[in-house]
Amino acid sequence: MSVLAPENRQPENRRSAIRGGTPEPPSELSMWFSDGWTVTKRNLTKLKRSPDMLIFAVLQPIMFVLLFSQIYGGSIQVEGADYTQYLMAGIFAQTVIFGSTFSGSAMAQDLKDGIIDRFRTLPMSSSAVLIGRTNSDLVLNALSVVIMMGTGFVVGWRVNASMGSFLAGLGLLLLFSYAFSWVMALLGMSVKSPEVINNASFMILFPLTFISNAFVQSQNLPSALETFANWNPVSALVQAARELFGNTGTLPAPDAWPMQNAVLTVLIGAALMLVVFVPLCIRKFRLISSR
Amino acid sequence: MAIIEAEGLKKTYSSKSGPVHALDGMNLSVPQGTVKALLGPNGAGKTTVVKILTTLVQPTAGSAHIDGIDVLRDPKAARRIIGVSGQYAAVDEGLTGFENLEMVGRLYHLGARESKRRAQELIDQFELTEAGNRPVKGFSGGMRRRIDLAGALVIRPKILFLDEPTTGLDPRSRLSMWGIIKELVKDGTTLLLTTQYLEEADQLSDDIAVIDGGRTIAAGTADELKAQIGGHRVVVSLVDAADAPPAREILGRHGDGEPSVGGDGRTVEVAVTNGPRALQYILSDLGEAGIDLHDAGMRRPSLDDVFLKLTGHRTEDASEEATQKETAA
Repeated sequence: MSVLAPENRQPENRRSAIRGGTPEPPSELSMWFSDGWTVTKRNLTKLKRSPDMLIFAVLQPIMFVLLFSQIYGGSIQVEGADYTQYLMAGIFAQTVIFGSTFSGSAMAQDLKDGIIDRFRTLPMSSSAVLIGRTNSDLVLNALSVVIMMGTGFVVGWRVNASMGSFLAGLGLLLLFSYAFSWVMALLGMSVKSPEVINNASFMILFPLTFISNAFVQSQNLPSALETFANWNPVSALVQAARELFGNTGTLPAPDAWPMQNAVLTVLIGAALMLVVFVPLCIRKFRLISSR
Repeated sequence: MAIIEAEGLKKTYSSKSGPVHALDGMNLSVPQGTVKALLGPNGAGKTTVVKILTTLVQPTAGSAHIDGIDVLRDPKAARRIIGVSGQYAAVDEGLTGFENLEMVGRLYHLGARESKRRAQELIDQFELTEAGNRPVKGFSGGMRRRIDLAGALVIRPKILFLDEPTTGLDPRSRLSMWGIIKELVKDGTTLLLTTQYLEEADQLSDDIAVIDGGRTIAAGTADELKAQIGGHRVVVSLVDAADAPPAREILGRHGDGEPSVGGDGRTVEVAVTNGPRALQYILSDLGEAGIDLHDAGMRRPSLDDVFLKLTGHRTEDASEEATQKETAA
């Protein structure tokens, strides 16, 4: 933390400096770090204080694990792989993507509460609120994935890959979710109430996660949907995680470019989302006002 | 140059029913170390002025300077010298009072130790000890408002903006808020305050601008404005509505301007300069004329009276507020 704190470089006579204004501003870069950290800490404090957010984030995927692996599992055949092994990567992807929607509803809530107006009258970095938001949601997502991996372990899911490969898979899930958080944050700043975001995001997430290879093989879908599923970025994420965790068994990757190059597709997708949505979010943040 | 200087501010929002002019060529000048009140009903444009001066909203046209800084060109420099407390307490409900203030200090770049010290100082000063270590949610509106106000004071700003600081507070919290604000401006902090209450503007400010339809329609000290509309109003309630015309004549004799007769036909009212004396004369004349009264008394002029006098129309709170909300969102 001492690395991030800018106060070490400020003049000694700080007491007199705060009269009639703030001390000389720190440099852009150190302000970016320290303000981003201040807001991240704020969000994490709130997460710690009401852990129901975390419980809410994992409850649904846990139910999905039980539903698919214990109830539907017997009727879903995956050629060349055990269904529980096949399923879990889909669950992880679904967990982090749903988790990212929290970035949207939290931004909408902050707007509604008026705290955004407070932030916008402070001489802080204009990206700090967004950085703090996406950072803390990354932590939330990391905790959710760890809990889901524990759940998977209980129902018999195993990693058949090296430690490095496992960590790469985990990193890819979190990278994708982090980038998707920025997409949702923009949506959160564009709606009129936090309730809207929950409905609106569901409309987007439902097709993205269900018309994909998360729960079934894309080749078993009707042909139009099969094409959609193969080019769906969520499918690439699931396919990449499946490969890196060693859960594909003898199953070949579907015959579509994103499926054949799943890891690369996820990296490109995440980079695209960041390049497009980070500037859009910052621009939007500079213009919004609560009421 | 005054410390707050705004010229020709216009702000137009688009809405389904056409453009809404929240501000329509507003000028404002506040000398350093004084308290200025913007007085007006909901939807008059008070909040929009504050939002422009505090960098939250860009005007459609016009210029705004605070302490020589161009607010529109260099919002970051402006933010370093202002403190803002809004109509809706902008506090984080999930954080404690202390954490809220400390966070604000950190975002003003006061440094970790100074932010903590200042947060504690404000907690003590504003008697927020109760809310210091517990999340803000669950505390009363008055307490939240105090935390929000404390948030505006973390840096001891050169210019303080308070947007309707007592709207929605009960009378006791309002009085305590007035006490706090009076104390704050003693040391020469420049304050721009918006309010819907004439009495509040009177109590707290050196100078008042009356706002309607996004424009200043009158300006002056509280005394000047009151002289313009009459210091007090004498109101009598008649037993018999048939007595209204002679009663009106008597009130007119001792008041300033035309007396008005209320919708019930029995209430007659007039603005007066010397309240108690005028009341005495009016009662004595009414007694001589043999007019019986249910009730008689004096009241202080309300914002409504100011408006009626200045604009010829009453305030139109409800309808304008609705449009404002819809379009500003």
